[in-house]
Amino acid sequence: MSTTRKITVTAVAAALGVTALAGCGSSDDKASEGTKGSGSKTVTLVSHDSFNASKDVLKAFTKETGYTVKVLKSGDAGAALNQEILTKGSPRGDVFFGVDNTLLSRALDNGLFTPYEAKGLGRVADDVQLDADEHRVTPVDTGDICVNYDKKYFADKKLAPPKSFDDLLKPAYKNLLVTENAATSSPGLGFLLGTVAAKGEDGYEDYWKKLKDNGVKVVDGWEQAYNDEFSGSAGGRKANADRPLVVSYASSPPVEVLYAEPQPAEAPTGVATGTCFRQIEFAGLLDGAKNEAGGKALLDFLIGQKFQEDMPLNMFVNPVVSDAKLPELFTEFGARIDEPATVAPEKIAENREQWVRSWSAIVVK
Amino acid sequence: MAVPVAFFALFFAYPVAAIVGRGLKDAGRWQFGRIGEVLGRPEILDVLWFTTWQALASTGLTLVLALPGAYVFARFDFPGKQLLRAVVTVPFVLPTVVVGTAFLALLGRGGFLDELWGVRLDTTVWAILLAHVFFNYAVVVRTVGGLWSQLDPRQEEAARVLGAGRFAAWRRVTLPALAPAVAAAALMVFLFTFTSFGVVQILGGPAYSTLEVEIYRQTAQLLDLPTAAVLTLVQFAAVGAILAVHAWTVRRRETALKLVDPEQTARRPRGAGQWALLGGVLLTVLLLILLPLGVLVERSFDGSGGYGFEFYRALQSADASGSTFLVPPLEAVWNSLRYALVATLIALFVGGLAAAALTRRAGRLVRGFDALLMLPLGVSAVTVGFGFLITLDEPPLDLRTSWILVPLAQALVGVPFVVRTMLPVLRAVDGRLREAAAALGASPLRAWREVDLPLVRRALLVAAGFAFAVSLGEFGATVFIARPDNPTLPVAVARLLGRSGELNYGQAMALSTILMLVCAVSLLLLERIRTDRSGEF
Repeated sequence: MSTTRKITVTAVAAALGVTALAGCGSSDDKASEGTKGSGSKTVTLVSHDSFNASKDVLKAFTKETGYTVKVLKSGDAGAALNQEILTKGSPRGDVFFGVDNTLLSRALDNGLFTPYEAKGLGRVADDVQLDADEHRVTPVDTGDICVNYDKKYFADKKLAPPKSFDDLLKPAYKNLLVTENAATSSPGLGFLLGTVAAKGEDGYEDYWKKLKDNGVKVVDGWEQAYNDEFSGSAGGRKANADRPLVVSYASSPPVEVLYAEPQPAEAPTGVATGTCFRQIEFAGLLDGAKNEAGGKALLDFLIGQKFQEDMPLNMFVNPVVSDAKLPELFTEFGARIDEPATVAPEKIAENREQWVRSWSAIVVK
Repeated sequence: MAVPVAFFALFFAYPVAAIVGRGLKDAGRWQFGRIGEVLGRPEILDVLWFTTWQALASTGLTLVLALPGAYVFARFDFPGKQLLRAVVTVPFVLPTVVVGTAFLALLGRGGFLDELWGVRLDTTVWAILLAHVFFNYAVVVRTVGGLWSQLDPRQEEAARVLGAGRFAAWRRVTLPALAPAVAAAALMVFLFTFTSFGVVQILGGPAYSTLEVEIYRQTAQLLDLPTAAVLTLVQFAAVGAILAVHAWTVRRRETALKLVDPEQTARRPRGAGQWALLGGVLLTVLLLILLPLGVLVERSFDGSGGYGFEFYRALQSADASGSTFLVPPLEAVWNSLRYALVATLIALFVGGLAAAALTRRAGRLVRGFDALLMLPLGVSAVTVGFGFLITLDEPPLDLRTSWILVPLAQALVGVPFVVRTMLPVLRAVDGRLREAAAALGASPLRAWREVDLPLVRRALLVAAGFAFAVSLGEFGATVFIARPDNPTLPVAVARLLGRSGELNYGQAMALSTILMLVCAVSLLLLERIRTDRSGEF
């Protein structure tokens, strides 16, 4: 008996300890108590890991509306969306931010969102409003997925960096490009869709076969491609990375400048402007949200001036409202993409899985 | 018994069953035909094949490299032994994100090997195998070495006196005593490598995929629940089989061996052969374990203006990382410690009760429960994480946004370690000691205090240390449920690595170094505590 009893004593002590500790760990528990009932003063935003906003801006929202924002991040864009689909009907939050045009159909087909026409939608460009009839989602930002190049490498080699999808097939750029897995990474998928837009549904497979012959390297995610394989990034320079071309974003060069000490006069990386695919990110009111009123107020706020101007330096994306001012860092170091590749949303919805499957068969195997 | 059973039913069996059910049920009917359909696909067969053979290869390689280490740690005395033993255990609890990055730096282009011999191993199977050895070296050293150090060398000497040759004596005396421990260690390594996730994902690239990685892809990325469910079941069956064999070896090991205090068996190496062996082992540890860890440390100091504490300073401010966390990254250290502490208490509570129940009773049912407790080690974190999401969503158990979910998930992984550490000690407490105390007039309480407590207390501390270290490094499940305003260390590292720019990268390295130090210190404290029986994995 004694051993059991002794363990029980320890266990009870441990349990008491847990409850005591629960007191110190639960400073953030108050919010969850408040989410019951519609009169709640907390509104919960569910998003992917890349979501960011300045504290001041979130405070401003509280001042304007009386709601406090609680943010829940759950993995990368694809994983975060899939978690919401899994918990459809009893969502963990009120608003979901971060479904992009490549995966939009998956969210809409699963009936994830309650329609709501946000206030101030008139200031948002028409071409990013992909659900203009029903307003189940509200566009919040755009970003361009493009090939980035390492300026130093091409200067040293006295070689002109590539500009277009066709350039990437040239022998001069053999074994230089690293991209992400289209099945698991949103820039990877965006780049694939870019090639579909440029080469057509009949030509993209052929293009990828040639790209594979030209030594394209595929890794799973953006972090690895950019920080470990790409020679132009800070991480890559340290790792002596040897791929001077990477699929990333048009806003990556400004980030390299912002997070370098001391800040260089010129970005170490550039953008191949003819290889871009336009990504549009949306937010929507979750079906079954506990705090609908708060969720609606938050959607209005996301396309309001304050948030739109705060976004670029926090998430490195472009605002969707025409009158939002871009920070100097963007205008000085970023690339403006005037004619990005696009694919019609219904086409993406219909063929996405098929394209990814045949891409995997060509490139990964 | 009731508490651990309830704990596992609620936080493990129910969520996992729910997510598997979601994949295999259609309109309320079970669709078992899907199992055959999924297993018939060539790409799935590829995954199964790769998972199995890389686990076999990793296990073989780990044994080859680590058994000499086990011998050296068991039989030799040399300065810095305790420190080194703690150091080789650090990898075991490091998050795979960090390890993957370190290995890329080591084996990738321009890495250490590349500069020496122009060898590049990134995105090859070799990188995966080496990283697996790095992770599991300690499992073999601690399991086999722990027992080896307690085997009485005089038994072998007696055989020699009776005329057996050196090898024959070893084969007839030491080997049979060690065999179950070697088998158990091998099975544990096989289990860990069979269910390997982070290493394969980072080092293998898209071309290599283990079951665990494939389950993650199918669930989190492709939302193909039926396929994920079938794969989960396959992995369950495989892990169940491994654990069943493991449980059998563990029972074999509990046969009474004449064990002695390890202090008596270790001595300074003698003769050129033994010194060479010691040197070889030290070199292996240096290349295989210290080098990858060293790369991380080096990079954490390698600021833009030469070496310095620049990145560490940046960790203290929320501004540098902007709003990535809403808190300075350094706060992740405190979050991690707090979570790990709560997780450790839960794991001790549940695991302690389970171990006590297992000691008290025998029989098939209890043995089955013993194996069940190990299952969380072999079930993918993503399955558990998503299972939490769809099951713990009803009041009073809507824990999805509660902080307690993180320690609960971490405790799931910690419990098996607690049970494994406590069980042999509890079983080894000789009832006759208590009877003797009682015969000498001690009250039951006094007998317990004088006999059981000293023996059990140390095991409890060791178990706590393991649970703590494992909780610190747990990444898979935590990443799904940790909150942005209080990330844990591994989650913070992953987020920093997920952003471009030198400062973020450097901070990720600095945080990894801090994590490593915290793990090493807690393990070093454990080394100070000796148990009479080796913990078993």
